[in-house]
Amino acid sequence: MSASWQESVFARLNEQPATPVSPSAPVPGSGRVDGVYVTSQPQSTVAIGSPISRVDGRAKVMGQARYVAEHTAPDICYGVVVCSTIARGRITAIDSSAAMRVPGVLAVMTHENRPRMRSMRIFHKDMDAPGGKPFRPLHDDRVYCSGQPVALVIAETFEQARYASSLVRVHYAVEDHDTDLMANFKRAHTPKGIKAGFSPPPKARGDADAAFAAAPVQIDAQYHAGVEHHNPLEMHATVTIRGEDGHLTVYDKTQSSENSAFVIRHALGLSSNEVTVRNAFIGGAFGSGLRPQYQTLMSVMGAQLVKRSLKVALTRQQMFSIGHRPETWQRVRLGADTDGTLRALVHEAVAETSRIEDYVEVTVNWSSQLYACDNVRHGYKLVDLDQYTPLDMRAPGAAHGVHAIEVAMDELSYALKMDPLALRLKNYAERDLNSDKPFSSKELRACYAQGAALFGWEKRPLAPRSMREGREWVGWGMATGIWDAMQAYAKVRAVLRADGSLTVSTATSDIGTGTYTAMTLIAATSLGLPLEAVTFELGDSTLPTAPLEGGSCTVASVGSAVDVVCEKLKRRLLKIAKGMNGSPFEKATLSRVAFVDGELRYRTASGETHAVGLGELIRAAGLDRIEEKHLLLPNVLKQRKYVRATHSAVFAEVKVDEDFGTVRVTRVVSAVAAGRIISAKTARSQITGAVVWGISQALHEDTKIDHALGRFMNHNLSEYHIAVNADIHAIDVLFVEEDDRVVSRLGAKGVGEIGIVGVAAAVCNAIYHATGTRVRSTPITPDKVMRWGH
Amino acid sequence: MNRFEYARSGSVHDALRAIRQVPVMVDALGPEPLGTDPPMKFIAGGTNLLDLVKENVMHPRLLVDINGLPLDRIQPTAEGGLLLGALARNADTAYHPLVQERYPLLSAAILAGASPQLRNMATNGGNLLQRTRCYYFYDAGVPCNKRQPGSGCPARGGLNRIHAVLGASPQCIATHPSDMCVALAALEAVVLVSGPQGDRRIDFADFHRLPGDRPDIDTTLAADELITGIALPPEGFARHSAYLKLRDRQSYAFALVSVAAALEIDEASGEIREARVALGGVAHKPWRDREAERSLIGRRPVPAAFEAMAAMVLADAQGYGHNDFKIPMAHRAIVRTLERACGVEVA
Repeated sequence: MSASWQESVFARLNEQPATPVSPSAPVPGSGRVDGVYVTSQPQSTVAIGSPISRVDGRAKVMGQARYVAEHTAPDICYGVVVCSTIARGRITAIDSSAAMRVPGVLAVMTHENRPRMRSMRIFHKDMDAPGGKPFRPLHDDRVYCSGQPVALVIAETFEQARYASSLVRVHYAVEDHDTDLMANFKRAHTPKGIKAGFSPPPKARGDADAAFAAAPVQIDAQYHAGVEHHNPLEMHATVTIRGEDGHLTVYDKTQSSENSAFVIRHALGLSSNEVTVRNAFIGGAFGSGLRPQYQTLMSVMGAQLVKRSLKVALTRQQMFSIGHRPETWQRVRLGADTDGTLRALVHEAVAETSRIEDYVEVTVNWSSQLYACDNVRHGYKLVDLDQYTPLDMRAPGAAHGVHAIEVAMDELSYALKMDPLALRLKNYAERDLNSDKPFSSKELRACYAQGAALFGWEKRPLAPRSMREGREWVGWGMATGIWDAMQAYAKVRAVLRADGSLTVSTATSDIGTGTYTAMTLIAATSLGLPLEAVTFELGDSTLPTAPLEGGSCTVASVGSAVDVVCEKLKRRLLKIAKGMNGSPFEKATLSRVAFVDGELRYRTASGETHAVGLGELIRAAGLDRIEEKHLLLPNVLKQRKYVRATHSAVFAEVKVDEDFGTVRVTRVVSAVAAGRIISAKTARSQITGAVVWGISQALHEDTKIDHALGRFMNHNLSEYHIAVNADIHAIDVLFVEEDDRVVSRLGAKGVGEIGIVGVAAAVCNAIYHATGTRVRSTPITPDKVMRWGH
Repeated sequence: MNRFEYARSGSVHDALRAIRQVPVMVDALGPEPLGTDPPMKFIAGGTNLLDLVKENVMHPRLLVDINGLPLDRIQPTAEGGLLLGALARNADTAYHPLVQERYPLLSAAILAGASPQLRNMATNGGNLLQRTRCYYFYDAGVPCNKRQPGSGCPARGGLNRIHAVLGASPQCIATHPSDMCVALAALEAVVLVSGPQGDRRIDFADFHRLPGDRPDIDTTLAADELITGIALPPEGFARHSAYLKLRDRQSYAFALVSVAAALEIDEASGEIREARVALGGVAHKPWRDREAERSLIGRRPVPAAFEAMAAMVLADAQGYGHNDFKIPMAHRAIVRTLERACGVEVA
C-alpha cells in the first residue's frame, strides 16, 4: 500500500510552489461592484474575512431549507392557541362544548385536562430565565396578563382548529390590573435574582450629586421608550412528531435546541433520550427565541394528550403575546466644566417587568463605561405589572441605555456650544473606570475618525436649524455604540472522511445571522478545503453542546472551538503523514506545513515541496475517517484582566418637513470595531440590518397598550409599524481594523448586537440638529416633531 | 376560520340572485356568537374581508365571488367622463392612461395607498367598502360599537391617536381608511349600484355615512346591492390638483391626515372658479366642507385664502387627546396641498 501511496503522492511534487496560507489575505477575484458582492473566484481559496455568499442561501431561496412550521408527519394534527382577554384574574370555567362539536376537533386542552406537568417552578427555568417564577403554560387557572394562553384547540386541520378556537368560551373572575409603568414609580424595586449576561450597575464612585450641583454646565433630562415586539418574519411555532417508539422529535423556533429540550424534559418529567429538539433553520429571532415560548410546551403536551404528532404555530397577532423589549424610563444628569470635561454622571432607569419574574438587562452601566468621569451614580429599578415577562431583544439594555446617554451627551454639546464628536473625544475612556481594568482592545477612536471622514462630518454647522432644502430642515447627528464582547463554552465534533469531505457539528443555531457560513469558512480556511467539501451541522439538541445563540458570542465561542478542532485534525493528519514509511514529511512540523486545496504541503529545507491529499492520508492510515472533538472553555484567567467590548460610531442625516414633522433618514454611516471580521458579507449584513432596525426603533416601533383594558392593541404588522423599504436610504458600513486575541483565538468579537446600538440616538440627535426640537421619547413620530399648540 | 358557503357568479343578475339565498348549510352550532354584519357578502379582491374573517371580526355565512363578472373595464362615458369598473384593480386604474391624463388626482391617491401587492389585488368597488383600521374594531377580544353595537367605545378614552377629529359620535370615533375615496369625494364621483329593485346612482358624498348612533353601518349600500362601477364626471381638474398623504412611515401606512385638493383657476383673472378639498384620516368618511370650499371662489390662490379656508374646515374639529395633533396637521396639510395644486408652493 505504501508504495502506491508514495507513487501517487510524490508523482505530482515540485510542479508548483506551495502557496503559503495567509489568513487575512483578500480573496482574488472578489470585490464590490455597484453595491453587490460578487464572488468569481473558485471558492476553494477562501480565507478568514472572505466576502462569501451564504452557504445555505441556495437552499433558502429554493425552499429547501425547512422552517419549523414546514415540518410535518403522516399523523400530524393542528393546534390553535386561545388567549385570554383579561389582564388579571382567574379562569372560573371554560366552555368547550361548541368547539368540540366542530367536525375534526380532537381536543380542547386547558389547565383542567392537560397531561401531567411538574408544578415546581424550578423545573420550568430555562437557560435564559431571569429571577422569579417562570410562566407555566396551562398549568392552572391564574391569568397574569392579557393575551396569556388559556387553551389549545386541536383538530385534524388548521382551519377546523382555528374556527373551533373562536367558539371556546372562557369565563373569568376578573381582578384589577395595572399595566402603567409611568403611574407606578412608587412601587419600583431593586431587581431580585440573576440572569445570564446581566451585571447590576457598578458601585457609585465619587460624589455625583455634589459634583452635579457644582458643575457650571448641567443637563438633566428624562427619556422614555415604549414597548417593542420582536416580530421576526417566521412566527413562533413548534411541531412535535411522535416516533413509533414514543420518541419525541420537536421542531422548535428557538435560539437553542438544547434550551428547549432542557425545559421540555424538566417541565414534563421526560428523560433525555425521550426528546430531541431541532432548529436547523430559523427565520429570524432577535432574542425572541432565547427562551422557549409557551407554544413549545403546549405542542408537546398537546401531542401527548391526543397521542398524535402536533403542529402549533402562533398567529402574527399572538406574536404580541410573548416577550417584548420593556417600556423603560430613564433620567440622565450630566455636569461638565465649560471645556466639556465631565464632572458628574447620574444615570437612572426604571423598567417594567411581569408579576412573576424580574426581567433585567444592562441599561445604565454603559454610560460610565463609555465616558471617563470621576463622580458617577447609577440607579436601575423595576416595576412589576400585569404583563408577560419582557425578553431580550437585540442589544437588550444597551438599545435603551446607550440611547439615553448618547442623546444626553448631544444635549450637553449644545449647552457647551461644542461639536458633539469633540465632546466625546474630550471624555474618551482609555480604560474602563467601572471595573478599573483596561480594554482588551478599543478602536473607538478609529470608528469616530473613519466614520466622520466617510460621512463628511467636518462640514457640519454647529447650530441647529442651519441647513434647509425646500420645505425640509436637514440635520446631522452622531452617537456612539457599545456592546460586550463575550465568549462562552462550546463543544464541537469534526469528522474528516477519506473522500476529503469534512463535517463539523455542534448544537448551536443560525437565526439568520450567518452561523452556517462563518463556521464553514473557519473550517475550510483552517484545513484548506473548498467550501463545498465542508458541511456544518447545527440545530439539534443531540449534537455537542453550544451556548444559546445570543449576546453576539457565537463566532468567538463556537468559531474558536471549530478552529481548535480543525487544528486537532491537522495535527492528526501530520502525524499520519510523518508516520508513513519513507515519508518526506518526517521532519515537518505543524508550523512548517500548509493545508491548501485539500492537500497537506511541506517545503523541505532544501526547497523541495511535498504534497499529499488529506483523503489519501486517511486511507493510508487504513481508515475511512478521522474524528476529533473539542470543548472550548474561555481562558478566564486571561480574560478577567480586561474589559472586553465592541464599539461603533454612527452618523445620520435626516430631512424633516417643517410643517408636518415627518422625518426621512437619508444617510447613515456606521463604523464598527468588532475585532477581526470572519465572514465579511454576513457581518456587513448584520450591521446593515441592525441600522435598518435602529431607524425603525427611532421612528416607528411602539406597541401601544390600553391601560384600561391592560392589553396591547396594535397587534398586527399593519398598525405596529416597522421601517419599510421607502423609509430606508443610503447605509454605509465600515469595519475598522481590530484584532483581539483576548476575546477569542480568532481575534474576532461579535457583530450581532452592536449594529443597532446608538442608531436611534444618532437619528434623534440629527432631528434636533435639523429642527431644534428635542424629542425625548421613542418612537419619534411626526406629532412629536411638528411644532404645534403645546 | 368560520364555516361559510361559497358561490361563484358569472353575471350581475346571478350575483344579485345568489346573495339573496339564505345559506342552506345546516348549522349545528347555532347562531354566530359575535357581530351583526350581514351574513351574506360579495367577495372580489378580498384584501380586507379575508383579514377580518380570520380575525373573527366578520362572520359571513355565504360568500358570493364576483371576480367572474364583466365589470373590470375602464371606458369613457357618454357624458364625457370615465367609467371605472367595480372589478378593475386599483393598480390597473391608477396606471390607466386616461386616468393618469385626465384624473391625476385619483391616480396619485390610489398610489399613496397600501402596497403594490395589495393594489394589484384590490378592486375599485372593494376599496369603497374597506372597514376602519381602529385597533378596537380589529380585536374581537375587546368592546367596539362598530363590531358589537352597544358594547362600548374604548377608543374614546383610550388609544385614539389614529382616530377622527371631525364628524365623530359618542358611539364611534373611527376613521375611513381609504385614499382612493378621498380623491373620489373631491372629484364628485357617482357610485353605480345594482340591486333587487334595479339600478341606482349614489352621489359619492352620500355613499359613506357618519357613525351617529349606528356606527356598525359604514355606507348607504344595502346588503343585497352590488357596486357595478364608479362614474367620474368630465371635469378631472388635471391642471390644478394634488394629493398629500401624511403618515407614520413612507409607505404601507394609513393616513394620519390626507388631503385631495382640486381647483379650477380662471386663466384670465387668475381667480379660483371652483374648489374641492377632501380630507382623509380625520372622519368616518372622506370629509368635505362645501361652505369652506365656496370661500375660495373668486379669491386669488394665495396662502392667506388657503389659511382661512383651512380654519373654516377645522372650526368644529375635536380631538380626544392622542389625536389632537391631527387638527393643526390637517390645517397645514390643506394649505400645503392647495399650494401644490396651484403650483405656488414655496420653499
